[in-house]
Amino acid sequence: MAANPMSQFDVYRIGPEIKVGAFDISFTNASLFMIISTVSILLVFNFGSKRNSVLPNKMQLLAELSYTFVAKMISDTAGSKAKPYFAFIFSLFMFVLFCNMFGMIPYAFTVTSHIIVTFILASFIFIGVTIIGFIKHGFGYLKLFVPGGVPAVLLPLIVVIEIISYLSRPISLSVRLFANMMAGHTMMKVFGGFVISLGLVGGWLPLSFSVALIGLEILVAFLQAYVFAILTCIYLNDALNLHH
Amino acid sequence: MIKKIYFQSIFFSFLFFKEAFAAESGGMPQLNPEFWISQIFWLILTFGTMYVVLSKFILPKISNNLESRKSQILENIEAAEKQREDSEAKLKEYDEVILKSKSEAKTMFNQTREKALKDIMAKKEVLDQQIDDEINKAEKEIEVLRVSAPDKINKIAIETSSELLEKLIGSGVNSSSISAIVDDLSKRNGDKYYGN
Repeated sequence: MAANPMSQFDVYRIGPEIKVGAFDISFTNASLFMIISTVSILLVFNFGSKRNSVLPNKMQLLAELSYTFVAKMISDTAGSKAKPYFAFIFSLFMFVLFCNMFGMIPYAFTVTSHIIVTFILASFIFIGVTIIGFIKHGFGYLKLFVPGGVPAVLLPLIVVIEIISYLSRPISLSVRLFANMMAGHTMMKVFGGFVISLGLVGGWLPLSFSVALIGLEILVAFLQAYVFAILTCIYLNDALNLHH
Repeated sequence: MIKKIYFQSIFFSFLFFKEAFAAESGGMPQLNPEFWISQIFWLILTFGTMYVVLSKFILPKISNNLESRKSQILENIEAAEKQREDSEAKLKEYDEVILKSKSEAKTMFNQTREKALKDIMAKKEVLDQQIDDEINKAEKEIEVLRVSAPDKINKIAIETSSELLEKLIGSGVNSSSISAIVDDLSKRNGDKYYGN
């Protein structure tokens, strides 16, 4: 491992180069951790749903608590109309959460610390929500950009701002997750480097910092997954129940 | 025109970023587009597979489990409520039975006591009757004996005195005159001997 705090984000090929046409779709460490995350999600929830005992075992409890947690989050923010999208938001939350959490293991790769991954997820959500909005409300969905109770003089300005804020949603959503993950991991790496460079005498302070940072980063890993899912719910809510 | 400037600025800023990081240590690996296509491909593949498996197989099972457990628990609560009511009714019944049997036992006890008392009374009466009869009989016998006693004494007295007189005088004396005298005497002394 290099001392450079950014080298932990390096993507490198595992195995041979795979090319489809002009596109390089080689298996990389990012792909490996995506597969690890999805497989562990599927394993956890498969074992959690296998047996249905009145007194749930640990796996079942885990699966059912996650299920009710996400279901409550969706019904609180987007209402009952969002029920058909439950599976998507659940998968999204779990995918981001597991990727973040696997990133916390030393020497592991954090899939969500790459802007391209979060941007693809966010733009998929953005496009999907926009399509849902236009299907549900037709061109009435454009009323989203015209908030009620605004003086007519301010309306042009407000509409422009609303449109910009709407269009920046995928960027803000993706950059929030990516920047949080990257900053946290870089900081941990920097403090880890301090421990080494200050040695046995002065290394204890950055070490204690590192310990605290790991706790904080685990919190951030959960929180960012939660924020990602809940913002998706809020966008979905805008598309399903036009409030403005 | 504006569009052109916009895209150019993005392009240049991207270059600037690359340059700035490259100068130091190879730049941000996130902005290196070498593996972007690969990451997009694997993301879509893994996330898509996970979504399909979760939504088609696992999540319905979990929601099914939750629903069935909920209904089962509700059923159990209902059954428990029912059984509680049943047991309360049975407890009441039991109390009633206990009370009833207690009162029955009381009446039975009273009845038997009365019967026993009656029997005792009847037996006692019979016994009293018998005792009375025997007392009466004995009294009658005594009476008979008492009545007959003076006559016998008189007779003995008459016979004794007539024999005595014959020995003394040597000739028979009229027994009727003797008996008249004895009667007279005994009547006079009767009070002294018998105390009536």
